[in-house]
Amino acid sequence: MPNSNRYQMPDPSIQLTDELIMRHIDRGSRVIDLGCGDGRLMQRLHDEIGCDVMGVEVEQSNIVAVIERGLPAIACDLNEGLVDIPNNSFDFAVLSQTLQQVRNPKRLLLEMLRVAKRALVVVPNFGHWRVRLEVLRRGRTPITQTLPYEWYETPNLHFMSMRDFRDLMDGIGLRIVKESPIIKGRSVDQLLGANLRADSAFYLLERDPTRQITDAADLPKR
Amino acid sequence: MSAPLQEEPISDTRSAEIVQTQFVDLFQSPNVLKFANGETLSPVRVAYETYGTLNSDASNAIFICHALTGDAHAAGIHSTTDRKPGWWDNFIGPGKGIDTSKYFVICANVLGGCQGTTGPGCVNPETGKRFCLTFPFLTIRDVVTVHSELVRHLGIRQLLAVVGGSLGGMQVLEWAILFPDQLKAAVVLASAPNLSAQGIAFNAVGRRAIYADPGFANGDYYDSEGPRYGLALARMVAHITYLSEDSIELKFGRRLQDSDQFAFSMQKETEFQIESYLHYQGKRFVQRFDANSYLYLTRMMDYFDLAEGFASLEAALAQTKARFLVASYDTDWLFPTSQSRELVSALLHVRRHVSFVELRCPFGHDSFLIDIDPLAALVSPFLDRAFDAASV
Repeated sequence: MPNSNRYQMPDPSIQLTDELIMRHIDRGSRVIDLGCGDGRLMQRLHDEIGCDVMGVEVEQSNIVAVIERGLPAIACDLNEGLVDIPNNSFDFAVLSQTLQQVRNPKRLLLEMLRVAKRALVVVPNFGHWRVRLEVLRRGRTPITQTLPYEWYETPNLHFMSMRDFRDLMDGIGLRIVKESPIIKGRSVDQLLGANLRADSAFYLLERDPTRQITDAADLPKR
Repeated sequence: MSAPLQEEPISDTRSAEIVQTQFVDLFQSPNVLKFANGETLSPVRVAYETYGTLNSDASNAIFICHALTGDAHAAGIHSTTDRKPGWWDNFIGPGKGIDTSKYFVICANVLGGCQGTTGPGCVNPETGKRFCLTFPFLTIRDVVTVHSELVRHLGIRQLLAVVGGSLGGMQVLEWAILFPDQLKAAVVLASAPNLSAQGIAFNAVGRRAIYADPGFANGDYYDSEGPRYGLALARMVAHITYLSEDSIELKFGRRLQDSDQFAFSMQKETEFQIESYLHYQGKRFVQRFDANSYLYLTRMMDYFDLAEGFASLEAALAQTKARFLVASYDTDWLFPTSQSRELVSALLHVRRHVSFVELRCPFGHDSFLIDIDPLAALVSPFLDRAFDAASV
């Protein structure tokens, strides 16, 4: 078990990320929720802002839970990409607190913006000063609050900072429309030294209109 | 489709409801049935069963499409002495996956079949002789046209759902594009928008076995034994495609039938348990199925292509108005998951409400008839929500 005085990165609450995501989705749009769980967010998007929603899940029990809400969901492992989802079939693709857990985050981000015009992601910021201090002082890898796993069993495969994330966006031709650092359970529009102080960040992304859409088939396989 | 593996426990018939197959003559002159190829038929006798009660506004009806060799007897028993209930009795009944205490369920034998609905073994009223191979060439469209007419005859304007596995799933798909206003929901299990080349290959072997049997007599065999060896062989081959490597291994392995030593004799035809099982399946099939129907229905299955007559599969599915539930099985190599995914992808392309799951089950293509609990967990809420949505 992780020792108690080790720094644990706080995860933004479901409530907060749901609110953040809902705020950036236009009423009545078509939304695909990647890793939709039991369809909680889908239900809100559908009921509160009249969205046409679809869920993607790997767990069958979750798909049944979504069907029980009267909403649609399809089985798909995000590690395999979104091969069944046609180009441009959604207005928004949502991925909350999962990007660091997929095998190829770059590929999935490109896939999200192949199937949707805009993507919303919430990712942990491993550039937080406490993480840095932990590494520097104790030489220990960071862990997160809701996922207090040791390095050998953590589902978090990738440790990225906000700066790393921006670099990747530049590199693959995705535009950051909005970046909201999340600090101590609140999202803020501006934060001085965000890469040091934010524990997570919310991003609204879109395709660089000057670049061509990448087909699923063109993407490197696992 | 086939019966579950031989040793599979037969579901308890004690609680099963007693049902009767009913018959109706549809397409009476002048409203003759026009086949897709232009030929006509009148009248068409349809064998069907119903379970549960139709509600006052006829909004709770579900139609079950059976697979290749199924029949109208989907649930319940015909008499208290019946050893076996209907072929999907584990799925259809009070409190079951398709709950007949809530829904009114209809199942009919397909056109061209041999279990009560007009088919090649029936007498052609125009000639007074059996149709044999003069029966009109059949497509899934024709089968669905007859089902659809039956639903109208029963006074149902719109079905809550059409449900089917395998060839039954193909009928569901055809129905959804041919009569889109007649169904609210479509459940497509272990099926595909067309039969794979591998599936056609196995059907071809089955038909060849029938044709090559001297008893076939060009389809005019009803006064004799008929092509019983050919038909049994066709069934043996087909039956293998309904199983999986795992299920055969699990159930039979390399075990011998009645000895623990090889007989080293060419006279002994059934040395291994799997051999004996296939022989048994073949023999039993001949007792209940007509070779001409088998020829017509397998050919119909080969020809089926949902996209035919449209620019693409997407364009075909753009005709649909129903919400969809699609499920495949991981060990099904006759209707592999990739074909269900292709269907789902095309449905998403035309922005339909679609849910999809690949179920894990070792029983291959036959899983949809055997492993009912996970299927019920999926289908039951799907139907309930479709019903809620319909009654708003």
